[in-house]
Amino acid sequence: MDTDQLIRTLAADNTYHARPVGLVLALALLAAAPVSLALFFAMLGVRPDVSSAMRNPFFDLKFVVTLALAFSAIAVSLHLSRPEALLRGWSLLLLIPVGILVAGIGGEMMLPQRLPMLTRLVGSNSRICMGAIPLISLPLLVAALVGLRHGAPTRPAVTGAIAGLLSSGLAATLYAAHCTDDSPLFVATWYSLATAFVTAMGALAGRTVLRY
Amino acid sequence: MRQALAGDGAAYHGLLKAVTPVLRAATRRGLAHAGQPVDQAEDIVQDILLAVHLKRHTWDVEAPLAPWLFAIARNKLIDALRRRGRRIFVNIDDFAETIPDKPAAETASASEVAAHLQSLPLRQREVLQAIAVDSTSIKDTAAKFAMSEGAVRVALHRGLTALTARLRKQ
Repeated sequence: MDTDQLIRTLAADNTYHARPVGLVLALALLAAAPVSLALFFAMLGVRPDVSSAMRNPFFDLKFVVTLALAFSAIAVSLHLSRPEALLRGWSLLLLIPVGILVAGIGGEMMLPQRLPMLTRLVGSNSRICMGAIPLISLPLLVAALVGLRHGAPTRPAVTGAIAGLLSSGLAATLYAAHCTDDSPLFVATWYSLATAFVTAMGALAGRTVLRY
Repeated sequence: MRQALAGDGAAYHGLLKAVTPVLRAATRRGLAHAGQPVDQAEDIVQDILLAVHLKRHTWDVEAPLAPWLFAIARNKLIDALRRRGRRIFVNIDDFAETIPDKPAAETASASEVAAHLQSLPLRQREVLQAIAVDSTSIKDTAAKFAMSEGAVRVALHRGLTALTARLRKQ
């Protein structure tokens, strides 16, 4: 087939209009959310003392951190879904959840604590945390990759990694409602490890799935 | 491109025709730079055009077109070089003097798209061939295969998507 013929064929296909990447990503995540919610409620459920826990600012801080991670990752991934996009300043967005978490650790340090630092860091749920966050994030990661596949990322592995951050941020938001370890030190250690694992999975999958 | 996205087929056709020589020149330059034979350029140009077509919704209508276009072209060239890196090629520099420096053809044939066309499902292949090779309009293609125009459009789009997927996997 010569190139003129191909061009004519492409022009004939101009009636087909693809939806914007943001919309496809949102729809995919919405479709996956019930699966992740079902996994969460089947395995874990909300912690029993949730109404009193909500008065603990460190309990609430977990949600601020995880949602900040999810939303900054959504913004960065949508940016990276365009072929000419460079990461540059956009990666600074991902420092927002880190900054909030560091501020939280600082805040906790200044308050008198009943438990020693290491006990708070190790916590009592680290195993469940490390298992639950990747598991709950799995449907969301698949959805994020499906949504971003609709784009044209120049760096598929990086974009896949951001999809991992995005899905683990959302999954960690769910998990935080179950977890009784509210110390920012616990969050910084175990949530980060779980997130790093999901991010690595996202990068690996992205390398092949997100090529266009 | 703005008009093309708004549904102006003629404007879209014109745009693709206008950017193709630029893409061809850039691809040839890229291939020569990488020490690869430039006669593969047309396969890569067609690959770029397919990607431009299927990903045109990722262009921000407020942004300039060139950076977007060349980002796709660059990606596709790198992909192609990576793929071809696995095959053995004689360094073109060794033959530089024996290869006549012929001017770039207005339009050129490429083998990869044509080869993958053969592996498409029958309906998609027929529709693509009718529109591409025999330059039949969508309306006439519909009449020829006793399909609705909508079905022809769907087969055409699916065929192009499938072709692109096959080019990626090869």
